[in-house]
Amino acid sequence: MTRYISSTINHCILLIGLLIMIVPVWIIFASSTHSSLFINTNGLQFFLGDNFIENYSRVLFKKSGFFNEITALKMFFNSFVMATGIATLSVITSLMAAYGLVYFKIKFATLIFWLIFITLLVPLELRIMPSYIVMSKLNLVNTFAGLILPISASAIATFFFRQFYKSIPDELLEAAKLDGTSSWRFFIDFLVPLSKTMIAAVFIFMFVFGYNQYLWPLIMTTSEQYWTVVMGLKTMYGSISDRFAFVIMSMIPPVVIIVFLQKLFIQGIFQNK
Amino acid sequence: MKKVQFKSYYSQYFFLAPQLLILLIFLYWPIIQTFKDAFTMQDAFGFGSQFAGFDNFLFVFSDPSYFTAFKFTIIYSFVITLITGSIGLLLAVQANKVLHGKNVYKTLLIWPYAIAPAVVGVMANYFFSERYGLLHHLFNNLWGFNWYEDVFDAYIYVIIAGSWKQISANFIFFLAGLQAIQKTVIEASIIDCKSNIRRFWTITFPLLMPTTFFLIIINITYAFFDTFGIIDTTTIGAPGSETKTLVYKAYIDGFKGLDLGSAGAQSIMMMIIVLFITIFQFRYIEGKIHYN
Repeated sequence: MTRYISSTINHCILLIGLLIMIVPVWIIFASSTHSSLFINTNGLQFFLGDNFIENYSRVLFKKSGFFNEITALKMFFNSFVMATGIATLSVITSLMAAYGLVYFKIKFATLIFWLIFITLLVPLELRIMPSYIVMSKLNLVNTFAGLILPISASAIATFFFRQFYKSIPDELLEAAKLDGTSSWRFFIDFLVPLSKTMIAAVFIFMFVFGYNQYLWPLIMTTSEQYWTVVMGLKTMYGSISDRFAFVIMSMIPPVVIIVFLQKLFIQGIFQNK
Repeated sequence: MKKVQFKSYYSQYFFLAPQLLILLIFLYWPIIQTFKDAFTMQDAFGFGSQFAGFDNFLFVFSDPSYFTAFKFTIIYSFVITLITGSIGLLLAVQANKVLHGKNVYKTLLIWPYAIAPAVVGVMANYFFSERYGLLHHLFNNLWGFNWYEDVFDAYIYVIIAGSWKQISANFIFFLAGLQAIQKTVIEASIIDCKSNIRRFWTITFPLLMPTTFFLIIINITYAFFDTFGIIDTTTIGAPGSETKTLVYKAYIDGFKGLDLGSAGAQSIMMMIIVLFITIFQFRYIEGKIHYN
């Protein structure tokens, strides 16, 4: 009996937690399916209205922004290019750098190690203004390269890959060396396949990280053609239900990725924590 | 490092080059620029600049709004850590106990983790708007809520907006920490100690200490940096500069106020704070590694 009661309490607490997480988003979603006129007179709504298709298609395909130059669809495209670029580039460069650090005898190894890891001290937010100046000197303002490159050197990813490589038994390399495998082949044929889970986890993490960037695109894009979803939220003009619809749509990609790939993601993070 | 390694004249540099190149151009160059800005004074018209020693730092220290931002950042990170940590732990303990629906709860509790802080801020904006806001109405009926004039009300606004999604992160890590505790330990403790609550505080919670410590660091870093998007989409620092975090203030002074010297000095002081946080973090991670 006590067992039954305590399990009921457990479920109740969890349900309250779920409500805190779900209700705010639900209210915005429900409100996004009403007309703006209705919202303006009646406030936020808890029940669905019947303007769903109308509102969402208008947001996706109608041009908005300061100069009416961009649709939400284009912003999603930009966000995907940016996030994929950041994820791909940071996985490749980190994988390679970690390999160089762990599997080679290098002069100044400690120096290079610190050169990479000290960057953890300087998040983008701390060097925003000088970064902008550097990018404008390089003519990279309003380009995808400008959006992607400064965020794609991830010391955290390098750190994770380095820890992972260190945990691989030395015998693997000894055996490979006996067979006369070159450092290239060893990297591509042995290490990359072995790190598949890690690669996937880092890719997911960096993709969501890249997609969720707010400040950097805000500063790097003066042309609306390069607006991304998350930064567009604040700057986008439109009726209130359009804005609700856009908020809901902006959440979908990262949330879907985390929900469906949570196992992989959590596994990858904890494998090396 | 490995006992067996490759010896090569150039291959290693090929592997290191891409990352180092990106770091040098897109990190070190701006960082050096930050240091240069911090130690130079630009004249009011932007025509010239001269070496200023620590003048910019002295200027920042004599600026009362810097201390306001400092105070707010400390309060903000403390409260967010406390709220999200305790709610995350509470939910993780429950989710670890239940026999049915564990995965459903888990999935439905972790998804806000993926939402960008700026998106959360825009959402919070609607709940706290005078026109539509449910929370605004609720608090207004309780005590006359007015976040753009009352500091305490503005704190409530940004704390609720800042805590919401971070509960998920705390939940994920606490749940993983709980699942890593061996069943035998728990079974043995059940024999020794009947009270659930006492057992939790004397056995389970001490075993969760590493996770707790790790999460404190994560939450502080989140409150320092990731909340930028939240502040910029909710209060924008209002009332006055009462809800500006240090990072947000540095951004406003540098990018909006075009005072590069002050912004540079503020950035360098933040770097020193982050340095301390990172040293703790590294100690923790290095201490936790297990080689299979």
